[in-house]
Amino acid sequence: MGPLINNNLISQNTNFFLAFLVGIGFGFVLEVSGFSSSRKLAGVFYGYDTVVLKVFFTAAIVAMVGLLFMSLFNWIDLDLVYINPTYLWSTIIGGAIMGAGFITGGFCPGTGFCAASIGKIDAIFFIGGLFLGILIFAEAYPMLEPLYKGSFKGSPTLPQALGLKDGVVVLGIIFVALGMFWAGEWAERKFPREEY
Amino acid sequence: MSESNKPIKKTWYINPYLGGVLLGLVLIAANFVSGRGLGASGAAKSAVVATVNTVAPAHADKTLFYEEYNASHAEGPLKSWLVFQMLGVIVGAFLSGAIFNRLKFKVEHSPKITSRRRLIFAVIGGILFGFGSQLGRGCTSGSALSGMGVLSLGGFISMAFIFGTAYALAWFFRKNWI
Repeated sequence: MGPLINNNLISQNTNFFLAFLVGIGFGFVLEVSGFSSSRKLAGVFYGYDTVVLKVFFTAAIVAMVGLLFMSLFNWIDLDLVYINPTYLWSTIIGGAIMGAGFITGGFCPGTGFCAASIGKIDAIFFIGGLFLGILIFAEAYPMLEPLYKGSFKGSPTLPQALGLKDGVVVLGIIFVALGMFWAGEWAERKFPREEY
Repeated sequence: MSESNKPIKKTWYINPYLGGVLLGLVLIAANFVSGRGLGASGAAKSAVVATVNTVAPAHADKTLFYEEYNASHAEGPLKSWLVFQMLGVIVGAFLSGAIFNRLKFKVEHSPKITSRRRLIFAVIGGILFGFGSQLGRGCTSGSALSGMGVLSLGGFISMAFIFGTAYALAWFFRKNWI
């Protein structure tokens, strides 16, 4: 049955319209969870507010488990779903640069747009920087291309890389996440901070 | 610690675990409908390419990045799934802000720093995130969260290095936040 677009059950234009609806859900959930506040987002790095950790890992687990069950019931063909490819070094270096952007800027792109929509001026400046950073990458691209396209490892999943079954790895991730939730709750009690 | 006994002023948000479940369901819906996950930086890239195509078409024609992008997006950079999704994000976040009374123009910053300093750091962070998300093929939403949702190895690596680096640098930027 799913993915609907791959199985030609909906047209490309319907797909774009549904993308808009999915986006409304995405933006609403981010804002209502507090991701429109850089103070709350940065809290995860100092322990006073670990909402990022809780929302992010709960969402990842729900998606993993949900998709595995839907695949089991033949509701979705996971072979047709896009698996992000692994380019080892560009992912590592890109990730590290994004991490530096997170702690300095206080947003990631999705949360930046979300915060800008409710009027956070710091988020509007962040998005200005975001466009500039993409433009810099685009202009420097010929120089960066070898790094960008190098160390390609295909599109393996974590269970494939570990040689384990999907369900076993997901169960392990659930236990790791529960441990992190516990640590997050502890940190919030240990390092409380006034809102500003 | 006397601090921990003081009541902490808090804006209302939904329970984070419930928020996570809802976000997970949105991510499942994206995969079920469109066979792909959520994203944010990709839409910003579309906007940048569209702008360069319009403002400096000659430059776009002879610069590798735009050439590659335009070749793979025959209908134009803005007719993309992520652009429509991101328009939805802006609407959805605005709706939540309107319903829960959080629509307000303000620079949110720690009382220990000026709003000017906050804005300068916001721009620096944006530049780094913009650059890093292109090199890393997606940001926290597209690479880390959506990648992890479909168990992609790249998604886990992305998540580890985004959060790992931010933790490693947190001490140096503590004045901005705490």
